[in-house]
Amino acid sequence: MKGQVVATNESNPASLGANPGLSSTPGYGSRDLFTETPFVRKKKRTEYLVEAIFFLMTLLMVVPLIFIVCYLFYRAAPALSIDFLFSAPTSGMRGGGIWPALLGTLYLVILSLLVSAPIGVLAAVYLNEYARDNWLTRIINLAVVNLAGVPSIVHALFGVGAFVLFARMGRSILAASLTLAIMTLPVIIAATKEALSAVPMAFREACWNVGASRWQTIRGIVLPNSISGILTGIILQVSRAAGETAPIMFTGAVFYKAISEGDIFAYGLFDQCMALSMHLFTISTQVPNVPEAIPYATAVVLLGTVLLVNMLAIVFRVYLRSRKKW
Amino acid sequence: MSAPEKFSIETEKLNLWYDDFQALMNVSVKMKDGLITGLIGPSGCGKTTLLRCFNRVNERYGNVTTTGQIKILGKNIYDPDVSLPEMRKAVGMVFQRPNPLPISVYENIMFGLRIHSERASLKKSAADEIVEKSLTEVFLWDDLKDKLKKKATALQLEQQQKLCIARLLPLKPQVILMDEPCSSLDAESTRAIEEMMLNLAGRYTMVIVTHNMAQARRVSDECLFMLMGEVIEHSRTQSLFLTPRDSRTADYIEGRYG
Ligand SMILES: Nc1ncnc2c1ncn2[C@@H]1O[C@H](COP(=O)(O)OP(=O)(O)O)[C@@H](O)[C@H]1O
Ligand SMILES: [Mg+2]
Repeated sequence: MKGQVVATNESNPASLGANPGLSSTPGYGSRDLFTETPFVRKKKRTEYLVEAIFFLMTLLMVVPLIFIVCYLFYRAAPALSIDFLFSAPTSGMRGGGIWPALLGTLYLVILSLLVSAPIGVLAAVYLNEYARDNWLTRIINLAVVNLAGVPSIVHALFGVGAFVLFARMGRSILAASLTLAIMTLPVIIAATKEALSAVPMAFREACWNVGASRWQTIRGIVLPNSISGILTGIILQVSRAAGETAPIMFTGAVFYKAISEGDIFAYGLFDQCMALSMHLFTISTQVPNVPEAIPYATAVVLLGTVLLVNMLAIVFRVYLRSRKKW
Repeated sequence: MSAPEKFSIETEKLNLWYDDFQALMNVSVKMKDGLITGLIGPSGCGKTTLLRCFNRVNERYGNVTTTGQIKILGKNIYDPDVSLPEMRKAVGMVFQRPNPLPISVYENIMFGLRIHSERASLKKSAADEIVEKSLTEVFLWDDLKDKLKKKATALQLEQQQKLCIARLLPLKPQVILMDEPCSSLDAESTRAIEEMMLNLAGRYTMVIVTHNMAQARRVSDECLFMLMGEVIEHSRTQSLFLTPRDSRTADYIEGRYG
């Protein structure tokens, strides 16, 4: 039986060419051998077209971004100076600098991260590496995904209810940071879980089979191989925490607060504070006759702050890498 | 037939279910100490499942129920006083796809020991010696002695697979389980791995799952044929291939199952 099939194939190699859609290859020695057919030309045209479209889309994304940043700097230039960073606003926000807002944002972002990053990462490790697949973990996972999509104003209201009123923190840096932490937590968990599950199962198997405990597996192999993804998830939340106005507006940020200029310990945990995002909002919408450059300069500083905190995370990542095993 | 034969692995009426799918049925086998036992059978017949039972790693793969007995070196591994890490030290496993850890060659070899010992108790000189010995055993030392700092995942597949075996040796295992260790390797690498296995034979009890009949014949002392979760035949490799007792075994080794 087998032998017969082979025999027919050998005696009639063209039998495969019976496929109606496929034009037959010119024979041995023909000048047309391996030259372009009309179909190939069409394929090539499509290829060029598709690549062009994708490139265009990339430009569409990048060009406005560069334009925005350049425009920001251009408009901000008259107001930007070292002095602008380290002095307080004067004459009803129409002059001076933004030190209280800058420091306030740093406090809020760093405090909220100190809370949400460890909790989020450890919770994600538990969910991904330890938790058995049962209804409880499924509900938790579902909750995490849905919480990540809750609008920030809802978190703000929760913050007012839980921290400001119920926990009697009052409107304070602490209450605002915790609200921001609650807001960023689900996304950090989701991003960390994503990073953890990207670590190949084979690595874990290798560990189990030499008798490693779960924690040894996590510590030795899983975390070192997912730390980049985890930090990226956290970094994205820095920008979010720094940029949001709603969650801090009701829980601790104020229109104006005088603090000593240039002193980084000027705020206490239970003080109210200014914040860049809210400052930008008020001077561009609530205060008349603000010199044009000041809001732009504030925006540049906000951008710079986010980049600065991100740099810290990147430095941390490099530090981890430089240690032997990570 | 002087001393009574010792068995490294014994199972009795072993049944295993994944959820409600029964993957092993009444498996009772005895594998002799120091021999290489080949495990053959068509895809999906439960070879991997049986192998994973021997170090109880199956429990990590979904909802598994097991009944029956498994004795390793005479000890029932379902006894309550059995510590899984200690047991897995004695029963090492090698996988179908080489899975070196994404750390240096050196650290791969030391990984098992580091996991099983207090941090301070490993001296550098002792570690160096262990690494050299383990790599020599699997014929890798000459190739890798200058690349110990290299990331193991960047090695050639054959070297990776040998490293995966070498990684078990510092723990002084009694049993080494291999799940189709050569199926992602070319013919030459397969030869090299087989040669290495024969070098280890006698000192370790090895169980090797293979799809390759010729390989089973070349390396195994005894052979075990499985079909649909059951052990059909278990005998000396030569007699299993030359004079199979069961017609289903005969059909399989003549290539009549996929
Ligand atoms: N984790 C699992 N969950 C459910 N079913 C499984 C699982 N692992 C294997 N099986 C099933 O058990 C049977 C035996 O699988 P396996 O032991 O991998 O076979 P082999 O290694 O002989 O190819 C197969 O039918 C497979 O589908
Ligand atoms: Mg298998």
